[in-house]
Amino acid sequence: MDIKKVAELARLQISEQEETLYDQQLSSIVNYFVELEAIETKGIEPMVTPVDLEPYWREDKKESTLTTDEALKNAPEKMGNLFKVPPVV
Amino acid sequence: METLNLSAAEIVKKFSKGEIKAVEVVGAYLKNIEKRDKTLNSFITKNENALDAAKKLDAKREQGKPTGRLAGVPVAIKDMLCTKGQKTTAASKILENFIPPYSATVVEKLEAEDAIVIGKTNQDEFAMGSSTENSAFGPCKNPWDLERVPGGSSGGSAAAVAGRLSPIAIGTDTGGSIRQPASFCGIVGAKPTYGRVSRFGIIAFASSLDQAGPMTLNVEDAALTMEVIGGQCRRDSTTSERKIPHWAKSLSQDLKGVKVGLPQEYITDALSTDTKKTLDEAVKFVQSEGAEVVPVSLPHTKLCVSLYYIIATCEASSNLARYDGVRFGKRADFTHSPPSDILEFYSRTRGEGFGTEVKRRIMLGTFALSSGYYEAYYKKACQVRRKLREDFLKAFQSCDVMLSPVCTGAAFKLGEKVSDPLSMYLNDVLTLSTNLAGLPGMSVPGGFTKEGLPIGLQITSHLFNEQAMLNVAYAIEKGLSLKEVPNVLR
Repeated sequence: MDIKKVAELARLQISEQEETLYDQQLSSIVNYFVELEAIETKGIEPMVTPVDLEPYWREDKKESTLTTDEALKNAPEKMGNLFKVPPVV
Repeated sequence: METLNLSAAEIVKKFSKGEIKAVEVVGAYLKNIEKRDKTLNSFITKNENALDAAKKLDAKREQGKPTGRLAGVPVAIKDMLCTKGQKTTAASKILENFIPPYSATVVEKLEAEDAIVIGKTNQDEFAMGSSTENSAFGPCKNPWDLERVPGGSSGGSAAAVAGRLSPIAIGTDTGGSIRQPASFCGIVGAKPTYGRVSRFGIIAFASSLDQAGPMTLNVEDAALTMEVIGGQCRRDSTTSERKIPHWAKSLSQDLKGVKVGLPQEYITDALSTDTKKTLDEAVKFVQSEGAEVVPVSLPHTKLCVSLYYIIATCEASSNLARYDGVRFGKRADFTHSPPSDILEFYSRTRGEGFGTEVKRRIMLGTFALSSGYYEAYYKKACQVRRKLREDFLKAFQSCDVMLSPVCTGAAFKLGEKVSDPLSMYLNDVLTLSTNLAGLPGMSVPGGFTKEGLPIGLQITSHLFNEQAMLNVAYAIEKGLSLKEVPNVLR
């Protein structure tokens, strides 16, 4: 497994030490997954949720949820009613 | 101490008759938290408003107004569930200062029935772990033996109930995170059918597996709490519209004619001698009560660990993408070294904010979903998951419930498995399939090891048939009548 590439895809900065550790650990875990190869799954619909529920309709009516202040309250940085981020370009 | 030994059902009864005040109940538990939690570390945050809420409730009763089904009962909430205005961390640094602007439906339902939130409990970070050692706020200890883990990920909730720091608690169960800590701490823990309980406001780990449930001192309280938190929720489209039955009132010890299945693949050499003995004794007990014990087969059992660690990590890698340091949660400090691009902004924030196990699982899931591997891992796992569910549907044609141990052994020591993730994962083999198949499952105390550590029995029933599982647990609880209490209480 290309740990550097996976970390980049996952948007995770990891140290060199972590890279070595994860490389060993993830390889042994992924090797364990090999057991699935032997199972015949041709034509089987993947099961993505355990309970088959009927979708239902709800009324299309407006309701008030969060105020702007409430929605912004946990922002690491804000300006007026906007989320603020450092310059990235 | 007397107040601390009351069950939730007893508290409700005494409160409604005016024999005990909510402030006395809440006060007794707060005092016990003060006394014991420095050692146990089962709470991350205590609710400073608990006594005020109790006072209001007492006033409400005194005015003759009707009170709820959990009136006066303190409840400890796992820190995965959002509580409006109260810090909710998922035991992660990335959420260490997060104060939700709304409460989870489960919390709203508990409060609507006059339960009083007493605090938020410790857990593995984002519920990823089986020992509550992966917490940014330090490990939680097992009240039966302070050198041992309480299990996880709902270890704080389990330790709080076992240590009498709260009569009931809420946990979440993605692969056994209610049942395994309940087993390790000698209490009752139940995971309802997937879709019974709303996931709205519960921090998402693996959405097709996560389900919240009660952790209590006895089966009746578990049934009562599950009734309160269950039901369709318009904010969670995966909740079922089925009506919630009167589980607590319908509890029955009568096992005559009940068919109890013993999954043959669960009985292996991996079970400790004490665990095997506990199971054998439970089998003898249910037989003596008139149940018919039948062997059943779940041929795909040995694949559960692979299935779970592919599906859960894939879902987690997607769910945890929201922690990007922009709208909420911790952001890396860029004051002195501004990010060179947006990727660095995200990567540094997430690299610093998440703990080791969470990063490991996000990376595993990211890998399994990445181009070239998706079909071999995620899609394949979802296909085999269907075969696993078919095993259960077939097995339930010949039995009403299944009986097994919850874990291969009792609570292990702190630090024992932390360096070897695969061995920690393999330990979960008996609980994972319940979540993968969406079934209800619970842990009820079944016995003890030679050293006096609790061992839980797992009871699993068919989709939406929680009553069958609760009844067998109730019969076992009444029949075995275990009286031992954790060391910290002696």
